[in-house]
Order: sequence, then structure tokens, then C-alpha cells
Amino acid sequence: MTTDVASTSNGAPAQAPGVFTPEGAIGKLVRVQAFQILLVLVVIFLIFSALAPTIFPQWSNLRLIIQNMSILAILGIGMTFVIVTSGIDLSIGSVLVFSGVVSAMAMRAVGGDGLPTAGLGILVAVGCGLAWGILNGVLVAKAKVPPLIVTLGTLGGALGLSQVLTGGVDIRDVPSILSDNIGYGNVPGTTLPLISLIAFVFLVAFGIILHRTRFGLYTFAVGSNEEAVRRVGVKVDRHLILVYSISGGLAGVAGILSLSQYGTTAIAGQSQTNLNVIAAVVIGGTSLFGGVGTIFGTVVGLFIPAVLQNGFVIVGVQPFWQQVAVGFVLIIAVYIDQRRRLAAARGTGVKRRFSLGNLVTRRK
Amino acid sequence: MSTGDVPVLQALGISRSFGHVRALDNVDFEVYPGEVVALIGDNGAGKSTLVKALSGSLALDSGKILYAGGEVTLSTPAQASALGIETVYQDLALAPHLNPVQNMFLGREVPKPGLQGKLGFLDNKAMRDRSRLAFDDLGATVRGLGDPVGSMSGGQRQAIAIARAVNWAKGVVFLDEPTAALGVVQTKNVLETIRRVRDKGVGVVFISHSMPHVMEVSDRIQVLRLGRSVAAYKASNTSMEELVGAMTGAIGGDK
Ligand SMILES: Nc1ncnc2c1ncn2[C@@H]1O[C@H](COP(=O)(O)OP(=O)(O)OP(=O)(O)O)[C@@H](O)[C@H]1O
Ligand SMILES: [Mg+2]
Repeated sequence: MTTDVASTSNGAPAQAPGVFTPEGAIGKLVRVQAFQILLVLVVIFLIFSALAPTIFPQWSNLRLIIQNMSILAILGIGMTFVIVTSGIDLSIGSVLVFSGVVSAMAMRAVGGDGLPTAGLGILVAVGCGLAWGILNGVLVAKAKVPPLIVTLGTLGGALGLSQVLTGGVDIRDVPSILSDNIGYGNVPGTTLPLISLIAFVFLVAFGIILHRTRFGLYTFAVGSNEEAVRRVGVKVDRHLILVYSISGGLAGVAGILSLSQYGTTAIAGQSQTNLNVIAAVVIGGTSLFGGVGTIFGTVVGLFIPAVLQNGFVIVGVQPFWQQVAVGFVLIIAVYIDQRRRLAAARGTGVKRRFSLGNLVTRRK
Repeated sequence: MSTGDVPVLQALGISRSFGHVRALDNVDFEVYPGEVVALIGDNGAGKSTLVKALSGSLALDSGKILYAGGEVTLSTPAQASALGIETVYQDLALAPHLNPVQNMFLGREVPKPGLQGKLGFLDNKAMRDRSRLAFDDLGATVRGLGDPVGSMSGGQRQAIAIARAVNWAKGVVFLDEPTAALGVVQTKNVLETIRRVRDKGVGVVFISHSMPHVMEVSDRIQVLRLGRSVAAYKASNTSMEELVGAMTGAIGGDK
């Protein structure tokens, strides 16, 4: 920083160094948690590459990692939006299952293996996800029920209804056009999984929305100081409903992708999904207290558990250690966030809604 | 000073209670274009409540509000803003994670031209340039237009909140204790800004506990005590002793 002398009332202050100067930008980058965590990821990557140079860093293995991450990445987008508003969405795993179930039932009802059936399945899945998301959003924004409780409720509701609809028995017939192309297919002419390309397109699109548009700005603003945003006339309730709808809608997308990839509705298979996604988002530097976060960080936050899991298997460590390692990374990430918030909080006196953040802060 | 005939904003007999506390009790208040009215009173006198009521942040129990002579209902701050009423709240109401430019334009972002703007993309350069002008205008030492406001000093945050209000106010600007966190130089700048805004024909309502500042900058002074409007003076023919007396109730001063 340049030396600063309080400018006189008539003299314009000298050109201020801001984010757009190189030092400002780099200084900021180093401070951003997503970048620190990227370094951690690189180190983990290098260690595994050194331990298993013939297997780990090969494209065939990396391809497996990104293929397995793709569905979680779609869910992570919605979760990032929600957590940036200082909310939480515990229901995504159940909404994924519900969307898959209803979609599978609809496709089974119309029959056929072709594009029209698949198209219907996609629409139904996304529609179901949106419906749950809107319900979450309305309850959070209008009924003022804390997001933790709302989405805990819809977590149970969506899973329970899935079991009611199927009698608890997974549906296993999925149109082959979905399983062949989206599930295990590659982008034509490459060895890149199509499902990963789909996830990438969603990541870029929603990354642009979050970081470059008015909608994204309001998402940060609502998480930063909801009252201030209301006072300037932004429709905060509507915005929250839209954010939870995005999360629900993307869970619907994840539902059809999961159906395509695994060929089953996997009703019991998503009980940890919400927590895994939340952990990744938080590891990636998105603050549970709202107002801070990046889609890029979430991607990095997803890579860490995925790479650890894959690497441990390859080097012959029991994969259970992955959970231990991820647990520690998560706690360290939140610890860093806490430190940063306390340093930045210089008495802004911002009142906040009840959120998971309040549950995990230790305050007297 | 160019005082018009019709008050730009006028409150007639407004009341508001919180439980048993009568925060505002049948208060009349007016501000003319191009004048500075100081609103003074002890802690809890009802000053902030009056500001909130007149800027659309608080519903009234009874009473009327006139804007430029016509009756209006101000049920949201956005309605007040649309009329040209801006407020610097005592708690500043900035979003700490956003930068000064984003705060300045929050709710009024400048879209990019053409299709991009329709898609929600913002003209950050235009907003940054205009913010820079507004801050310079105020003589505010706001550095780092890209840094979050929450990491700035109390005085810088205050300067940002004031610059935002002044920038958008067309009719009236309320400043609830705007100099509370400021150093000597910045306070001087704020008082200077108040005069400059007044000279543009905007009505300024200035709340402060500092009698010297009140005497220095205002044209009229209205005193609240326990939710009542107890006295009003022209700044040119009153004294600090008289003001303090009216605030504490030592002077019965009916207006
Ligand atoms: N939201 C509220 N709920 C309950 N009581 C309130 C509320 N807002 C204000 N009051 C009460 O109304 C009275 C007037 O408060 P107000 O904030 O207007 O005072 P003030 O003149 O601005 O004081 P200060 O100089 O301390 O800022 C106080 O007794 C206060 O406790
Ligand atoms: Mg007050």
C-alpha cells in the first residue's frame, strides 16, 4: 500500500491501488482460501504421483476421478449459492433420489428407449427438483423458518415419499440412450466422459451467474447484510426463493444424471451426499456465515476428497482414512474462515438470520 | 439559502409506539428544499424513529406524510428512494462483504449496454468511475474500491454510506449521526458536503449530539424529547445553552 495522508477537502486523493492493480490482485488471490486449498490439492496430487507414478497421474485414472465427481459438482453449485446467502440445504440428496424415482416411473410408464422418453425423464426430474427447491425457498423466505430446519424437514419428506412411491424397491430400468451416452459415454471423438462435460458446462454457466451478474451480486449481498439489501429495495424474499430453487433444480439434474450413471434409483445411496457436498463447499472457502464464496473453490473442495479416496486405494492405504483426512481438512477450513471473519468483522454490527453458522459458532 | 414555500417533506401529527414506549407522540416536522434542519434530543428521544418513519423503514400508528405537498404512504424504503428520499442510517446499512462500489450501487446497478445488460451483466467500470467521483466529491479517503467494506475503518464506512445517500438523493437526505465515527478532517468534509447538498436544493435532515456541529451547519433546529417535538429554533437566534435546556427539559420551550 502507498503511504496515506488524509487528503484535504479540495485535493482529490491520489489514484488508489485497488483490486485491478497487479499487487492488489495477487495479494487478494493469496488471501483467498480457494487458492490456499488449491495448493493443498496440488501437494496431495504430487505426493500420490510420486508414490504411484505409473497409475495415479495417468489419464485413465484421472478420468475416473472426474467422472465420479461430476454429479457432486452439479450439487455443489446449488449449495454454494445457498451457503453464500448464509443458508444451508440439507435436502439435496433426498431431492436427487425423489427426482430420479419420479423420473424413472414416468419413463417406465411411457415406455420406449429413445430420445422422447429420455427427454420426458429429464424434464420430470428437473421439475421435481425445482418443486422441492421452491418449497424450501418459500418456507425460508416467507415463513421465516430457519433453513437448517426447513431442509431437514424436506430431506425426510423427499426420501420418505420416494420410498412410498416405490415401496422401497429401487427401479432399475433406465432407457439405454441415457445410460449409454450420459452414464458411461464419452464426448464423441474423445475419452472425456460426457457427464463431466455436462458438469463443466453447468459450473461455468453458474460461475458466471454468481460472479459476474446482478443476480450473483444480490446473492452475496443477501448473505452479507440482508437488512441492508431490503432497504435498497431489492426483493430479498424472491431472491432467496430463486436461490433455493436453483439448488433444488440442480438436485433434479443430478437425479437424472445419477439414474443414467448407476442405472438405478439408489434410494438408500444418498444419505451422506448433503454432508459431503457441504464439506466440499466449505473446504473451498465458502463461508457458512454468508457473503463469501466461489464456484471455483467448490470445485477444488470436491477434488480433495475425491483425489484422497482414489489415491489411498491406489497406494494401498485403507480408504477409511479418507474420511479422517477430509474431516481434518474441513475443520481446518472452517477454522481459517473463523479467523478471517473475526479479523474482518471490525464491529459492522450486522445482525443475521438463524443459520447453520450460528450453530457452529462458539459464542458466549 | 433558497427556502421554497412548500416543504419538500412534511410530517403531520405522526405517532408510533413500541409496546408501552411512545417513541413518537403526535410529532409535526418539515424540511424545505435547500435547507438544513437539525434534529436533536437526548438518547431515546425518538430521532432515529422519526427518520425511519419518514424514510419508509417503519410503519406509523397515525399521522400523515406529505411529499412536495402531496400525501404519500411510505411503506418501503424503496418507495422513499423512488421519490428522492435517501437515508444514512445510524447503523449504516452497508453490506460488509461487498466493496464500496457495489454498496454504492446496490439495488441500482448499471447494466452493460445491450443484450449483455439484459442478461444481468453489470457495467463495473461505469459504476467504479462514478463512485470514485462521488467519493472525491466528499473528500473521502476511500482507498481500495475493490476491497470489502467490512475491512475498512468506521470513518471510511461512514463516508461510503454518506456518499451513497448524497449521490442518490433528489429531494431529501437524512443523516442519522453521520459524524459519530469521524476524525476532525472527515467531519469537516461531511459538514462541507451537507452545505453543498443543500446548495443543490436538496433538503437535509441532520441528526447529531454535537451542538457545535449543529450550530455550524443548520438553518433550523428542531428538538425532540421523549417522543414529542418540544421546540424549534432558527439557528441564527439561539444558543447552545438554550438547545441543551430544551433537550433536557430545563426549558419548557413550546414552539
Ligand atoms: N424497534 C424498536 N422496538 C422497541 N422499541 C424501540 C424500537 N426502536 C426504538 N424504540 C424505542 O423508541 C424510543 C426512541 O428511540 P430512537 O432510536 O428513536 O431514539 P434516538 O433519539 O434516535 O436516540 P439515540 O440518540 O440514542 O440514537 C426509545 O425508547 C427506544 O427504546
Ligand atoms: Mg438514534
